[in-house]
Amino acid sequence: MTPEELQKVAIIEQESQEQYDHRIHVCMAAGCLSNRADLVKQQLEKQIAANGLERRCTVKGVGCMGLCAAGPLVSIQPKGIMYQEVKPTDAPDIIQTLDKAPIERLRCDTAMPFFKEQKKVVLENCGLIDPERVEEYIAVGGYQGLLKALTEMQPAEVIEEVTRSGLRGRGGAGFPTGLKWSTVAKAQHPDGRKFVICNADEGDPGAFMDRSVLESDPHRILEGMAIAAYAVGATQGYLYVRAEYPLAVKRLKQAIRQAERLALLGNNIFGTPFSFNVDIRLGAGAFVCGEETALIASIEGKRGQPRPRPPFPAESGLWGCPTLINNVETFANIPPILRNGGEWFAQIGTEKSKGTKVFALAGRVKNTGLIEVPMGIPLRRIIFDIGGGIPDGRKFKAVQTGGPSGGCLPERFLDMPVDYESLMQAGSIMGSGGMIVMDDTSCMVDVARYFMEFCMSESCGKCVPCRVGTAQMHDLLVKIIEKRATDSDVRLLNELCDMVQSTSLCGLGQTAPNPVLSTLRYFPEEYEALVQAGREREAAGSNGSAMHVAPQLKPNSTQPQAHVDSEVTP
Amino acid sequence: MTRPSVPKPAGVAQPQVVTLRIDGRDVSARSDETILSVARQNRIDIPTLCYLDGLSGWGACRLCLVDIKGTPKLLPACVTLVREGMEVTTDSPRLQKYRRMVLELLFSERNHVCSVCVSNGKCELQAMAQRLGMTHVSLPYRYPRLEFDSSNDLFRMDHNRCILCTRCVRVCDEIEGAHTWDCRGRGIETRIISDLNEPWGESSTCTRCGKCVNVCPTGALSQKGTAVAEMTKRVTFLPYLTLMRNSDEP
Repeated sequence: MTPEELQKVAIIEQESQEQYDHRIHVCMAAGCLSNRADLVKQQLEKQIAANGLERRCTVKGVGCMGLCAAGPLVSIQPKGIMYQEVKPTDAPDIIQTLDKAPIERLRCDTAMPFFKEQKKVVLENCGLIDPERVEEYIAVGGYQGLLKALTEMQPAEVIEEVTRSGLRGRGGAGFPTGLKWSTVAKAQHPDGRKFVICNADEGDPGAFMDRSVLESDPHRILEGMAIAAYAVGATQGYLYVRAEYPLAVKRLKQAIRQAERLALLGNNIFGTPFSFNVDIRLGAGAFVCGEETALIASIEGKRGQPRPRPPFPAESGLWGCPTLINNVETFANIPPILRNGGEWFAQIGTEKSKGTKVFALAGRVKNTGLIEVPMGIPLRRIIFDIGGGIPDGRKFKAVQTGGPSGGCLPERFLDMPVDYESLMQAGSIMGSGGMIVMDDTSCMVDVARYFMEFCMSESCGKCVPCRVGTAQMHDLLVKIIEKRATDSDVRLLNELCDMVQSTSLCGLGQTAPNPVLSTLRYFPEEYEALVQAGREREAAGSNGSAMHVAPQLKPNSTQPQAHVDSEVTP
Repeated sequence: MTRPSVPKPAGVAQPQVVTLRIDGRDVSARSDETILSVARQNRIDIPTLCYLDGLSGWGACRLCLVDIKGTPKLLPACVTLVREGMEVTTDSPRLQKYRRMVLELLFSERNHVCSVCVSNGKCELQAMAQRLGMTHVSLPYRYPRLEFDSSNDLFRMDHNRCILCTRCVRVCDEIEGAHTWDCRGRGIETRIISDLNEPWGESSTCTRCGKCVNVCPTGALSQKGTAVAEMTKRVTFLPYLTLMRNSDEP
């Protein structure tokens, strides 16, 4: 493909879109699809055919529109009307009112803060283009970044542009992307081989940012990876996707095939000497394989276990070759940075955290779904403006960010800006972007226990602190919840947290104590209440009335609502 | 002269001589050596369990963690290469505390009752606990009831004594070349298995060489016919084997 041909594909696609008076977008991402958006789309197509509107209307499946709580979502372009909770039986009404006033009962208010407060960079195409057609991606400026990099820039200039943008890794740790790229670019290997890996092994409970991007805009990731490969000097890329994302895998496979057919991947891309191929590798359900060295071991066909670093993958990664590993969202930021320049990107966000961040807003908020906000926005605006606040008139209690590696932040942090440093200082982490809101019915000790159970069962079992330490901490938390704990158990829990944090081999173990440490720090009264209950029980027990107390002890529940509300709720 | 325990970093053709400081002593070393090997050459002994001279480094027991000035994280000496100007601390109250806790975790993980163990008195875990001054286990014992595989006619495997150091896995793969052993499961459920989780006696790959039994630091792998405190392990074969193999290489 030549640059002119790319232009031509874009123009043809734009014209074919514009010939329709109404373009009906049906969200076909996993959330809406599980609410049977596919049936809605089918019915809409049927109605168009029945009314003979094929020449004036088109229906297309698009990626995630964000407001997953109100799915299935349908939007009508170019009018910009959005309908929520659409059922297949609503199809006749929607088609009939295309030229008239919109249906009020289905109307989704696009002027509400959920839509207005967001800034879309990574998700700019989500909900607008059909992820299964490369032409639509090209029509909205897709592959222009790659074209610019290959034809107008040297690899070093690409890295410089990324460095200038101030982009930091979106996988959680926030390592400067430009620095990582230049390390890989400088690294040498006798074979001369280098690799680019996209980490799409998203596994935090309640997080679905990467999945949405992969399902809604797969070509964006391929373009980002190709640009990265050009910058660091790699010719082979791997997309490591978890097998639990079948739709994302299907769309990625399709996207790779389409890109290869148009010679946007393969040999001599855009007639330059640059060649790049991408293959998919499926994860087999291990959370730890999101850790870069475990991910590499998994691609190599070994047991998915991390190894000590250094050497870092940038020096010695896949099959001992220098390897660049970035998260899905990091790669998704690359094409717009190349198209619009690093300075444009650096204008968004705060001094140290540039750009936007995608969050999967979940838990006790009205508007659960996928959001993208500029870095530095206060938590309050995310939860109460965009999220719409806490439902059922309950009170906000805590927000959990960063998944099992993160922490729970109480109300007093609501006005804290969301960026890497602030979250870290408060005892949580940015993580990959999971954000779980909890109301006053949640027991924080049980939340800590839930995440510890997750870490315990996802520990790979290689190093002692993580393998045995997480199990011991989990047992101690259960003991506290069951009101059997004493003060020495809490002390032991604290000691274990410190030890597991300092001595574990990889990030999973090093961050596993975070949910416990943050709840111990911000909600000590809940631990205290449970230990006090244990003390009283013991005192009662020694008086020979243990039988009287025993029925109150319930077995540990897996529900977020714990059995201690009445004593703990302030 | 043992095989390097970590892959050589790319681009380093010729190892260079570097000087560093370990526990306040200036020492010199080759840049492809690990902190552990340099320390031991200089008679500074860092405790280890999963490490064994002659096998590849694993970095999992975390006993050999050392403090390196300017590095926020503690790093395992067995797989971390020396660097010019490094300042290493191998012993401190903090490291001692963590090392004792590692041992406590290991003792609490499975059944390590010494008085009824074939390796009593000859056990590396036991000796390490004595050396590091672990006087008691403050964590609750988990005591899972695990299998005992005595299907092999020469040896037996007691999972209750296993600390998952994977020395058996590595010696079988790297020295014997059979790769009979590996791990299954994850986290606290991890177990050593032979072949595809079949009884050891039915393994089609096992050569019955006994290397795994001899490198096992505890009583998990032992010879049949031994009773309490009768199992003596001999690991001296390993340096000779690796030395001979290295000298074969061009």
